[in-house]
Amino acid sequence: MYAQLVETGVKKIKSLEEMTPEERNFQEKVDAEVKIEPKNWMPDAYRKTLVRQISQHAHSEVVGMLPEGNWVTRAPTLKRKLQLMAKIQDEAGHGLYLYSAMETLGADRDEEIEKLHQGKAKYSSIFNYPTLNWADMGTVGWLVDGAAIVNQVVLQRTSYGPYSRAMIRICKEESFHQRQGYQILLDLMREGTEEQKQMVQDSINRFWWPSLMMFGPSDDQSPNSQQSMAWKIKRKSNDELRQMFIDQTVPQLEFLGCTAPDPDLKWNEETGHYDFGEIDWQEFYEVLKGNGPCNQERIATRKKAIDEGTWVRQAAKAYAEKQQQKQQSAA
Amino acid sequence: MSEWPLFEVFVRSKHGLNHKHVGSVHAADARMALENARDLYTRRNEGVSIWVVPSNNITASSPDEKEPLFDPSHDKVYRHASFYKLPDEVNQM
Repeated sequence: MYAQLVETGVKKIKSLEEMTPEERNFQEKVDAEVKIEPKNWMPDAYRKTLVRQISQHAHSEVVGMLPEGNWVTRAPTLKRKLQLMAKIQDEAGHGLYLYSAMETLGADRDEEIEKLHQGKAKYSSIFNYPTLNWADMGTVGWLVDGAAIVNQVVLQRTSYGPYSRAMIRICKEESFHQRQGYQILLDLMREGTEEQKQMVQDSINRFWWPSLMMFGPSDDQSPNSQQSMAWKIKRKSNDELRQMFIDQTVPQLEFLGCTAPDPDLKWNEETGHYDFGEIDWQEFYEVLKGNGPCNQERIATRKKAIDEGTWVRQAAKAYAEKQQQKQQSAA
Repeated sequence: MSEWPLFEVFVRSKHGLNHKHVGSVHAADARMALENARDLYTRRNEGVSIWVVPSNNITASSPDEKEPLFDPSHDKVYRHASFYKLPDEVNQM
């Protein structure tokens, strides 16, 4: 998931009887699957939770460009380079759709970005891992975007209209990302040298567990899920989504002729799902706290981009003002 | 980028269809808003024409007005062709 551990600030969920007439009216709309739109009344905690979740989602898209940017100048062919650039441009676009949706809640884009830079706002833990070899571009597309799709497909039905519409646009574009990633791996496995095949396996070994962590902590460790589900901001639990992802990914992994770094991963005839091993939650919380391999580098890169672009934004503004004055004096 | 004003973006997806609201962009001026909207909302042949409108120039109805504005049309079934039952012989009308 691109948003992990989003706080709702709510200790206990109110029953319909405990709600004020406004709250009840709101909840009944949500229950009836009527989308909430920007000008509709909404509980303050709902608005705040959405701003947190959507901004975290947007930050993830933007920071998500960095691990891939690492390989633009090193892509093996012109075709791969063009595909990679198109994908990175999409991530920027997805970030912008989401910031736009967030602004409909009255949040300020600059303020939210400032929170990211100060370490007050989160982004997905997955982007704090380095991309060390070319196969990582395949694995990131296949596993990371694959995990994002599982989450985002469900979010298309989220209760807030602008967020839901942004998700629909994003999902349309994501499947290209996953396919281009898988194709990079397929080509390496089918036509590559022994060394290239090992590169693929090494990449999967490094990204497998972090991809499973993208869905967030297990349901029993996810205190905010219940309220988010009642508001239909969230539609399926972390564990449900993780299981869906594993079930659809393992056959693709086997088709590649690769393995997962999990000795407990096996098909369970009885449940009709794959069983898998325990996730290292210690690692997950450390990365989320800012102690992952690339946290500092990612934020430093984002800050640098904003700082070094200041003069461009100021120049554009000065030019716009000048043009406006010219027009006014001509009129 | 909040120092740049917000523009709402409308895209005509095909000739003959209406422009439809797709989202918003920040830009220093209208020209830049058009360029940003083109990069953001039409990367895959989604449009043949774009409008951008400063968001603060849009006047919108409020959800509270929903009933006074739209309820009056509920009970005017006679505004629909299906209200008028004609004999089978002339029902192609």
